[in-house]
Amino acid sequence: MPTLTINQKSITVPDGTTIIQAAEKLDIEIPRYCYHPGLSIAGSCRMCLVEVEKIPKFQPACNTRVSEGMVVHTNTEKVKEAVSGVLEFLLINHPLDCPVCDQAGECYLQEYYMKFGLYDSRMDENKIKRHKAEIIGPHVILDTERCILCSRCVRFVNEVSHSHEIGIFNRGSQSEIRLLPGKILDNNYSGNVVDICPVGALTDRDFRFQCRVWYLSETKSICPGCSRGCNISIHSNRQRPHHAGGRRVMRLKPRFNAEVNHWWICDEGRYGYKFIDDPSRISLARVKEKGEFLVLTLDQVIGRAGEKLREALEKVGRDSVVVVASPRLTNEDLFVIRKFFGEDLGLSQIDFRVPDQNLASGDDFLLRADRNPNSRGAEAVLLDENGFDLTQLLSMENSRKLQLLCLFEQDLTKTLGEAWAKKFLQQFEYVIYVGSNENETSVLSHLTLPSATYAETEGTFTNFEGRVQKINQAVEPLGDSLPTWQIVSKLACALGYRYNYENAEEVFGELAERVVEFQDLAYEKIGDSGVEIPDISKVQV
Amino acid sequence: MPELVVLRDVQDSELRHIEDYLKVGGYQALKKVLLELKPEQVVDEVKKSGLRGRGGAGFPTGMKWSFIPKNVDKPKYLVVNADESEPGTCKDRVIIERNPHLLMEGIVIGSYAIGAHCCYLYIRGEYYEQAQILSLAIEEAYQHGFLGKNILRSGYDLDVHLHRGAGAYICGEETGLLESLEGKKGWPRLKPPFPAVVGLYGCPTVINNVETLATVPRIMERGADWFASLGTPKNGGTRLFAVSGHVNKPGTYELPLGIPLREIIFNYAGGMKDDKVLKAVIPGGSSCPILTADEIDVKMDFDSVAAIGSMLGSGGVVVMNEEACMVKVLLRIAKFYAHESCGQCTPCREGTTWLKNILQRVNDGQGRPKDLDHLMGIAFNMIGTTICPLSDAAALPVRSFIQKFRKEFEYHVHQKACDVAQVMV
Ligand SMILES: Cc1cc2nc3c(=O)[nH]c(=O)nc-3n(C[C@H](O)[C@H](O)[C@H](O)COP(=O)(O)O)c2cc1C
Ligand code: SF4
Ligand code: SF4
Ligand code: SF4
Repeated sequence: MPTLTINQKSITVPDGTTIIQAAEKLDIEIPRYCYHPGLSIAGSCRMCLVEVEKIPKFQPACNTRVSEGMVVHTNTEKVKEAVSGVLEFLLINHPLDCPVCDQAGECYLQEYYMKFGLYDSRMDENKIKRHKAEIIGPHVILDTERCILCSRCVRFVNEVSHSHEIGIFNRGSQSEIRLLPGKILDNNYSGNVVDICPVGALTDRDFRFQCRVWYLSETKSICPGCSRGCNISIHSNRQRPHHAGGRRVMRLKPRFNAEVNHWWICDEGRYGYKFIDDPSRISLARVKEKGEFLVLTLDQVIGRAGEKLREALEKVGRDSVVVVASPRLTNEDLFVIRKFFGEDLGLSQIDFRVPDQNLASGDDFLLRADRNPNSRGAEAVLLDENGFDLTQLLSMENSRKLQLLCLFEQDLTKTLGEAWAKKFLQQFEYVIYVGSNENETSVLSHLTLPSATYAETEGTFTNFEGRVQKINQAVEPLGDSLPTWQIVSKLACALGYRYNYENAEEVFGELAERVVEFQDLAYEKIGDSGVEIPDISKVQV
Repeated sequence: MPELVVLRDVQDSELRHIEDYLKVGGYQALKKVLLELKPEQVVDEVKKSGLRGRGGAGFPTGMKWSFIPKNVDKPKYLVVNADESEPGTCKDRVIIERNPHLLMEGIVIGSYAIGAHCCYLYIRGEYYEQAQILSLAIEEAYQHGFLGKNILRSGYDLDVHLHRGAGAYICGEETGLLESLEGKKGWPRLKPPFPAVVGLYGCPTVINNVETLATVPRIMERGADWFASLGTPKNGGTRLFAVSGHVNKPGTYELPLGIPLREIIFNYAGGMKDDKVLKAVIPGGSSCPILTADEIDVKMDFDSVAAIGSMLGSGGVVVMNEEACMVKVLLRIAKFYAHESCGQCTPCREGTTWLKNILQRVNDGQGRPKDLDHLMGIAFNMIGTTICPLSDAAALPVRSFIQKFRKEFEYHVHQKACDVAQVMV
């Protein structure tokens, strides 16, 4: 464990630490473009040059390992001059498109110029003209004039996605990022190159010209796209609702988590947020009367749902009610479902597993075949000894009279296929649908309750490895929609039960007491990067 | 006449065929080495000889060899740098054309010394004929048992592969060369790690220049002390100086290290052509800061040339008379580096072209008063800030030309014309 000093501050770090890493621990900013902790060291941008005593030449902080007694300076006149010189070189051919560049506001050329540049321009020559606004793949646009040739994107496609679509062609000042012959930047991780591009050379087609980044608010969340549970930030526009046609969620960005996704997310997850502000959102509660939907207040519709539920229980009995929850719901949602339907009403036909007829596949990096964020949590919360298996019921032929089906975020038409879903639904007198978006199943329901999306609520998901992670509310629930646990609470109240949870945290507190897999967990301890629970299969129940 | 080392048997002839080479005692040094000496002894002898790399940097060869780690089970490689692309330099070519087997013998000895059983010979693409000569030499060496398995029944095996480059100057930089050899773009590597530890295909590797290796058989034949005595302290032996420019007898001359530059120009290269006045000399290839006529009493060894702010480099001596326009010469050099920068490092990629563009304007009579200061400043920012020395090589000439011939540059800027041209009128 060598001890070194950087700008007179001393620190002891593990063997093999580089100067740039040690400086980060001391909160000393060393500018960098090519260095990215998730990629190999290129050492080529030359922004991180520092002086090391007893070494005559500048050293790149990214590639210099610390040694005992090393004395590093990052702020001498010599270093400042060299770094500002490098910036000047980077900017001589830069088009200064800032007013029309999406990166403006999160651009490291802008940022470092203000911090480390501020020289008088001596560039009097014509700037080199290059390719602009080239579509290089389904998600990414390339502007080679803005490119500073840091090679991060090239190292990404070579080292992380292993898809090898782009490279730096030609040499010297003719160097340019180009697609390899016959290739386009089309892999399920392509959006990450936009994140790591320190300038506006690679921009996101999806986000292009939608919103200035300084109007965006960031909310820490978890991607609901698959059971990996990649950590993300939801970037929402709460300040300029007239931008992007009122769309609130503007983009998702990966959030570093060393245990889950490092710096990356997949494109499927990244661009999978559209449903949040989609016209298909169910924002109001309704009942079907004479084949037509009638919009009522949420409380009215919940009241109606309560009546239907009571009717079924009283007329036919517990066996006439089936609840299909969803592995897309949070642990809190699922817990309240279990508590009300299972414990209070004593129902045993509660499940979340629907045999999906169009199984997706995963890859060998992040994306998992299970496209649900909380299957593991649903197993822990909902599956118990009574052993109800929805699949058996699904394959039974009209064996008995069922009364009421309550679906949570379950588009059976999609998972089972139209014929099977219709056949199943027809067995019930009454179908309640609780969900966020309209689909072919929701329109078949008799009563529909609008639930909030993951971006509009808080709570926890448990990923496939048993890591409990927190989602936070980025935007208000749309219209009358509410988090599912609140809808179920209201329904319970309508039937005379006392449910007065203030927030997801309170639900989680009870969940942690009641569900063995969550024992000893405290909501506030989950933090921004989650906590791993012991292997559920090995927990003694 | 000074004693010859590399060109000893081939001053006016060629020994392309192995039979001819054998007749003058060829491969005898190899026999002695393989049958009598341990690898460490060879390294020590070369260390003692004071041999310094002839590729440009002048790094002590024996020391470089001793950096190869001993107890690793990875293969080790010797890579021969025959990329010879530095403007003003054409000495390796002479060795290859006249005495290819001397190089082969040096290769086997060098490989033996570092424990390599595989050697790559990287030759610049434009050296087509030279590649054929080497190809033949390799074939003959195999046929005569100087390459291949169990060489001279010593138990030592060595294979040599010839690889032709594709014409980039940067592939002469040793790690750019390794990348190129591995089939990648010739981008010099970030160091550390150094090639001695992580070189070709991640294995310990020594890269040596052609002339360096061609010197080794003679050292083994005549001894380190003999070789050291030919040069000056810390600068053992002779060098091939490739003299070009305004001299009567341009050509490649093998002369002892430490010989005054004046002697090279006036005694060996026949003095100035048409008795014109000497104006400037580039002492070691285009990368080296220029010397004025007043500085030619410098001794041509690595340390003496460095002491006056230039470099012995690759031994390419470019002589210019009073009619050479320094702006034009510098522009030509700047164009070369702008064309050859690999483009990885910001200062080199952008700086080389920026320098070239300003010099082009100054040359074209469109100079601006601040141009010279800008050139000096830009060049300054390119020195010591990059991965490989190409950036310095592009910047140092700019600074030295402007420092030493500032009046000439100012004339261009202010008068929009060339005063040298006026002298000629
Ligand atoms: C831009 C550049 C070009 C070079 N070109 C050559 C070359 O063509 N031939 C060569 O032998 N060395 C060249 N060198 C030097 C090599 O990097 C290396 O130092 C040399 O091959 C080592 O051999 P030596 O120790 O025998 O001199 C070049 C260096 C640089 C920076
Ligand atoms: S496109 Fe962006 S990430 Fe890629 S090399 Fe250029 S600046 Fe770097
Ligand atoms: S891998 Fe899964 S969790 Fe990660 S971004 Fe993709 S869909 Fe979302
Ligand atoms: S200094 Fe120039 S040639 Fe050398 S690695 Fe950097 S950009 Fe390439």
